[in-house]
Amino acid sequence: MDNIVFLFLRRMRQPLLTLISVYTVAILGLTLIPGEDPQGNTWYMSIFHAFYFVSFMSTTIGFGEIPYAFTDAQRLWVTLSLYAGVVAWIYALGTILSLVQDKTFQRALAERSFARRISHMREPFYLICGYGETGQTLVRALTDRGQHAVVIDSNEQRTSLIQLQNLRDYVPALSADARKPLHLQEAGLPHPACAGVVAVTDDNETNLKIAITSKLLHPEIKVICRADSRDIEANLASFGTDHIVDPFDTFSMYLGTAFHTPCLYLLQRWLGGEQNTRLEEPVYPPDEGLWVVCGYGRFGKAMTARLVKEGLQVVVIEARPDVTGAPPEGWVHGVGTEADTLMEAGLDRAVGLVAGTDDDTDNLSIAMTARDIAPQVFVVVRQNNSENQAIIDAVQADMVMHPSAIIADRIRVLLGTPMLHQFSFLAMHQDDSWACELVSRISALVNNNVPAIEELLIDKEAAGAVCQAEVSGQEVKIGEVLRDPWLRDRTLPAIVLLVQRGEEYLLLPEEETLLHTGDRLLVVGAKGVFSRLQWNLCHGPALQYVKTGKVQSQGWMWSKLAKTSTRENEPETFLVDDKE
Amino acid sequence: MNPEKVVFGFFIVLALTLNFGFFVGDIDNPDHHHVYELFAVVVVNLIATVLKFGDRSQMGAVLLATSLVAILQLLAASILWAMAVHGGGDGLTPTVTASIVSLSGGALLANVISVVLLIIETVMLRR
Repeated sequence: MDNIVFLFLRRMRQPLLTLISVYTVAILGLTLIPGEDPQGNTWYMSIFHAFYFVSFMSTTIGFGEIPYAFTDAQRLWVTLSLYAGVVAWIYALGTILSLVQDKTFQRALAERSFARRISHMREPFYLICGYGETGQTLVRALTDRGQHAVVIDSNEQRTSLIQLQNLRDYVPALSADARKPLHLQEAGLPHPACAGVVAVTDDNETNLKIAITSKLLHPEIKVICRADSRDIEANLASFGTDHIVDPFDTFSMYLGTAFHTPCLYLLQRWLGGEQNTRLEEPVYPPDEGLWVVCGYGRFGKAMTARLVKEGLQVVVIEARPDVTGAPPEGWVHGVGTEADTLMEAGLDRAVGLVAGTDDDTDNLSIAMTARDIAPQVFVVVRQNNSENQAIIDAVQADMVMHPSAIIADRIRVLLGTPMLHQFSFLAMHQDDSWACELVSRISALVNNNVPAIEELLIDKEAAGAVCQAEVSGQEVKIGEVLRDPWLRDRTLPAIVLLVQRGEEYLLLPEEETLLHTGDRLLVVGAKGVFSRLQWNLCHGPALQYVKTGKVQSQGWMWSKLAKTSTRENEPETFLVDDKE
Repeated sequence: MNPEKVVFGFFIVLALTLNFGFFVGDIDNPDHHHVYELFAVVVVNLIATVLKFGDRSQMGAVLLATSLVAILQLLAASILWAMAVHGGGDGLTPTVTASIVSLSGGALLANVISVVLLIIETVMLRR
């Protein structure tokens, strides 16, 4: 704040001095020049009246000549001081205006108010560095789940975009260079409520700098970083970055999974997808034969490596081998958008095609040309820009690789439901039939949209009834909690995927598994199911109902009455029995 | 020779001397305190305050503070004078004159501190 005040005062010196001197001279002149009243007597203006007159004269208000009409000498003086006074005021006001509109001043103000707002935050928030495609997707995903985010990006246009977007939560945004530790500190890095830093800018060096700064200034914080190459990944891992997301490696891993265990791939895509999007269809990439890869950038290299590892034959089409590096032997020089280049690469014999250049138009052209030549080929298209979603959907590729979406999805899972990460890891060790069964169970739960996934913690706050029951010696089984509190014969459309108990993990627990305080559950279900599940966990009578089927009385008064009425009823039945 | 320092020093010392000139004399005798001198004191103090803007050192901050104190007292004295002479009262009675002069006395002390600080700064930074 002091910075801004001093800047202001410094700039205002000249105008203020001008104003003071003009006023002084004008007032002095007015008090010294004699006036004449209607009777002819001489009068002199006092300093106070002169000040009053000069004030309303200079600010162009102009009430009139006080207290009597002026003599010519006075009028002459007033004319001169009028021109000087008005100009002095305009100068002063103009300086104030230009100062307020000054970019540096405005930026200083914005930074100051941003830092103050961040320091007042009380709920946990994530610091997202970089508001490009990935950043935007991630922030939307986080705010939709009710989590808080703070954005920092060096491009002013991108940060001002936030104000136009319809986000559910207010997201403070700062346009500043995230490589400078000062700006990260202003954005809340050392703040105790900062739960994690996500570095998803376009530049690897910037991400690296952000990760290092975060680990040094706030060591316990979770740092998630985007990386584009192996060296950067190794560098980031060396100082303890918690999670490194490389979209190209991730996709090649997906493809590998899709080759061997398509059900597992489908499971991962379904569970990791964004809510309210359509469920993906299963894909069966052909794992024998020739694949044509167009583009030998980072994506092309990762795909070629994976395909070769799976034992497939690969022909690469690359237009600029001087930039990307020489592809493996047998490569074709060209872009791949023309039919001849594709034919030269052998598309008529191929089983799969990867359109992996960094231009969406080229990729779409490649895909369409390839479909014309060989309609049965398995097409993988790379999408660079989310604005082209409509046309990418229209081309109906078998698999779409969108780096920003991949990163955003992974980070969203890491920040929102970290147990899902663990689940995926455990699921990879299971066989495909296990995955297929789970996939069919999940597709029975939901119509066509990605199911909701939540993490539930069994503690006093979130699952009070269960804890209460455990304290009073009752056993609570998972199967019981999954019954519908409205009608216990129905089960809720939900599946418990994972139970974490301390260090132990139980994958797809049985219905008889007991729940203990301190457990964490990973549950997948249809959208409306969680509120009913919460009833079972929190509300004592609901839990009793699903366990035993009896409706427990809720109030003390009623339970007393219930007891006395049963005592009254007993003699009746006795008599009836007697009669029998 | 630093012209900026010359101007700065000039106005600060001028503020003090004018203020002293106005203050000196019987405290309740309006003939001893001319209103034009009060006018000059106010103007020169304002100029001196504006010249002190923008200095971010500790010394500069205290100098600005003393100037603001002086301005405050002088403006109070001016308002009193205006109310006495033009407010439809009895004009410059001894009571009112005493009030005006004592307020300017307060401003005088603030100006003295200002000049003392200026001297200290000059002595410490002598080249």
